Amino acid sequence: MKRPDFSQVADFIVGDAQADRMVPPTGITARLTLLSAAAMAFLAVFALALSVATGRMADRWGEELARSSTLRISAPADQIDAQTQAALRVLEQTPGVASARALSDEEQRALLEPWFGPDLPVETLPIPQLIEVIETADGYDAQGLRLRLSAEVPGAVLDDHTRWRRPLVSAASRLRLLGWVSIGLIFGAMAAMITLAANAALAANAQVIAVLRLVGARDSYIAKAFVRRYTLRTLTGAAIGVVTGIGAILLLPSAQTTGGFLTGLGFRGAGWLLPLVIPLLAALVAFLATHLAAARTLRELP
Amino acid sequence: MIELENVAMSYGGGELLSDISLQLAPGSFHFLTGPSGAGKTTFLKLCYAALMPTAGHVRLFDTDVRAMDRDDIALARRRIGVVHQDVQFLDHLPVADNVALPLTVSGRDTLDESVNLRELLSWVGLKARADALPPELSGGERQRAALARAVIMSPDVILADEPTGNIDWEMSQRLLQLLVELNRMGKTIMIATHDLNLIRAAKGQVQARVLRIAGRRLQLAGADL
Repeated sequence: MKRPDFSQVADFIVGDAQADRMVPPTGITARLTLLSAAAMAFLAVFALALSVATGRMADRWGEELARSSTLRISAPADQIDAQTQAALRVLEQTPGVASARALSDEEQRALLEPWFGPDLPVETLPIPQLIEVIETADGYDAQGLRLRLSAEVPGAVLDDHTRWRRPLVSAASRLRLLGWVSIGLIFGAMAAMITLAANAALAANAQVIAVLRLVGARDSYIAKAFVRRYTLRTLTGAAIGVVTGIGAILLLPSAQTTGGFLTGLGFRGAGWLLPLVIPLLAALVAFLATHLAAARTLRELP
Repeated sequence: MIELENVAMSYGGGELLSDISLQLAPGSFHFLTGPSGAGKTTFLKLCYAALMPTAGHVRLFDTDVRAMDRDDIALARRRIGVVHQDVQFLDHLPVADNVALPLTVSGRDTLDESVNLRELLSWVGLKARADALPPELSGGERQRAALARAVIMSPDVILADEPTGNIDWEMSQRLLQLLVELNRMGKTIMIATHDLNLIRAAKGQVQARVLRIAGRRLQLAGADL
């Protein structure tokens, strides 16, 4: 494998001061390129945050909910213990069930607390007994278990979460996909914008290019002056956009355990490094776009 | 140095030049003449590979131009100095930088050559104008700056297309003088011009051959000009 030559990258950034002087400085195009790159990078940060956050949500829901289900036993107070025991027995014998455990009164109270407050006398209410079922990796046959339970434990209702989990997980995955598509579109638009700006600059400097060719400048020498300028400009603009974007995300109200969906937009831990890739990617896109534009223009000149 | 063999050139159907053969020998001095639109500029462009012949062969320094890639052509142009009638410069750079441009683009250190550059500028009489921008120059100054730029790489050949087209007679004489001096230093010179007075003025100083484009062909003009 070819090792990347970092000295060449350094040379490119430092540049050839003399070659750079060959192309006259341009005010308005420079500022517009910088501004567009910044705007695109700003949007890219949000698209990236959306992808990462929805991805995280889809994973979490998929992971947590897929492996657990709940059995609810509603029965007259005098039968509830017997039915609970029966249900646990059935569950023990069911292949695919790793463990099953009846929730204690304290746990049930904790679950109800957000709705009824801490002082609720749970014991006096006809609250169904909940049994938490943890599945093995293979899972169990929900349909078979339901049939058996209906025969042996008439008061049991199995809720395996899949019914409401599936649309949520797929919605989250769709959102993640949408985020990535947005990022693709943003970079595509950035490439188009830079190509247009570079073409405009090449056209505006047709005389410069003609003079340079006449006195024996190689195409690569001429192209470099343009490519370097646009790559660095895009890199700078995108860096500004990314910093602004991250700042804006930091200013969003943070979501804690409630894990709300929109407010969960953001990055976690090492994820904060992810947006830093945007300026580099933008610079790469600018490099390729300007390089192709310059090569195309130069090919048509004598 | 520059060799044309049965060259034809046509633009969009109409043939402008046909069956042209010529060898530019080192140290020779040629005038190229003919009516406007006869193809003088096209002929010169063929000589520095700004145009590719539609038929025949053009060889620059013994290499066929069709076998040269764009970089080869760039390298060949460093050995061919070109002066146009409507000479173009980099208008945002001073005259000195423009004259040194061929050095810069070929990666030579212009600091090493700064003595040469100063001598060259005073030779063409532009020493005092070194820091001026090209748009501030007069027609004659532009032509002399173009000549200085064309010769700074010490090329083997100098091609000049109507170099005196925009300037008065006195300045034309001076420019011709510079070209004659270059020829005495061993450079091959080819000047396209329709100014017969200029050709007559040169005849007294240098052994010049006069070529004429007429009826799409290149002829050696008589000595009775």
